[in-house]
Amino acid sequence: MDWGSLHTILGGVNKHSTSIGKIWLTVLFIFRIMILVVAAERVWGDEQDDFVCNTLQPGCKNVCYDHFFPISHIRLWALQLIFVSTPALLVAMHVAYRRHEKKKQFRKGDQKCEYKDIEEIRKQRFRIEGSLWWTYTSSIFFRLVFEAVFMYAFYFMYDGFRMPRLMKCNAWPCPNTVDCFVSRPTEKTVFTIFMIAVSSICILLNVAELCYLMAKFFLRRSKRAGNPKHHPNHENKEETKQNEMNELISDSCQNTVTGFS
Amino acid sequence: MNWGFLCNLLSGVNKYSTGIGRIWVAVVFMFRLLVYIVAAESIWKYEHDEFECNIKQPGCENVCFDHFFPVSHIRLWALQLIMVSTPSLLVVFHVAYRDNREKHHNQKPYKSPGEIDGGLLCTYLTSLILKTGFEIVFLVLFYKLYNGFKVPRLVKCDIRPCPNTVDCYISKPTEKMIFLYFLVATSCLCIVLNLSELSYLIFKYSIKR
Repeated sequence: MDWGSLHTILGGVNKHSTSIGKIWLTVLFIFRIMILVVAAERVWGDEQDDFVCNTLQPGCKNVCYDHFFPISHIRLWALQLIFVSTPALLVAMHVAYRRHEKKKQFRKGDQKCEYKDIEEIRKQRFRIEGSLWWTYTSSIFFRLVFEAVFMYAFYFMYDGFRMPRLMKCNAWPCPNTVDCFVSRPTEKTVFTIFMIAVSSICILLNVAELCYLMAKFFLRRSKRAGNPKHHPNHENKEETKQNEMNELISDSCQNTVTGFS
Repeated sequence: MNWGFLCNLLSGVNKYSTGIGRIWVAVVFMFRLLVYIVAAESIWKYEHDEFECNIKQPGCENVCFDHFFPVSHIRLWALQLIMVSTPSLLVVFHVAYRDNREKHHNQKPYKSPGEIDGGLLCTYLTSLILKTGFEIVFLVLFYKLYNGFKVPRLVKCDIRPCPNTVDCYISKPTEKMIFLYFLVATSCLCIVLNLSELSYLIFKYSIKR
């Protein structure tokens, strides 16, 4: 169980996302998770060992480190990435539920069911409309909330996004005010700003996706209101086209982004 | 989730590349990614622990290390590899979009680079320009941050709380320098490959017209 498993789980959700959703997922994996694993973890790797205080008093360094870093940046980022990724599971669960219902229909031999076999049901991509639209929109809303909450938590806990070089500490058992030096403060500041910038980009992508979904919803509504005798087949063709496009983009992405180790 | 992810990404991109593009992917895999993973990471692994200053003053080593290495070489290298690989995704997305459109109009879908035209060519050229741009930006960044590509054996530091000017010694400077030059050489090779591919495509399609 590692970041690769998250990739497997979210890969399935990719099929049912909009184009902006797929871009968001790419940004998440390449510019956040990958950067965290290959670069940021190394920068913060020695944070406690190389946190040095100008005192020989045993225990002073430990309490000062604990006071200034109640929760390490790396752990906060990992939590943020997990929380931000999980609303997508709502969509996956909804799709799984729909598939289950269709399979039940198919097995009963329902004549309304338009599928030829179980495999077709398994492979089908559902349109983002009706209850799935609500689930999808809620998942984006939750993503936005979690991103904002974690960014605020960072800002609040560390008084901004800069990592200071020197911290003055007078927690017991340190005898007086003691100078403590953080390891690699500049590099940590650079990576913190990078991660905040990418979080902001993800927030923008989510807002854009939300606006896109709202616009689509209202357009569809106004079409239905303005044209009550619409031809169902024509509308289905439009949606199938969107479906196929999403399918091909996701297949391409799946081929490109298939493995992990 | 590690470098294997990037490897899969690049392998997927290989399908839609020209011959020079495939050479570029091979160079990135063998001479950059692989060298990074099997050699470079272990050289820079204990850079902080092995950075020693001629002083017992607590905190002096930390501030001196931070002053001389604001962002470590190895992190810049990793960022460069990631940024240079991602423009290829533009091509993947565009091809998927084109495939769908051509299927819908019952035309033969795009299968080989010989059929690039118009929009797809623009996307491919854009990705080449972006790749080259990122390479140059990172090379300039390396040069500016570290005053060239040399790694000195000794640096003199007088930042508070170091009481006076203090001698600090960097670990494995020669080995780091060799690998830095290797990084620069492979970056330049990739820039040359990208520019050749760019010229080749522009030349080919201006003749076609």
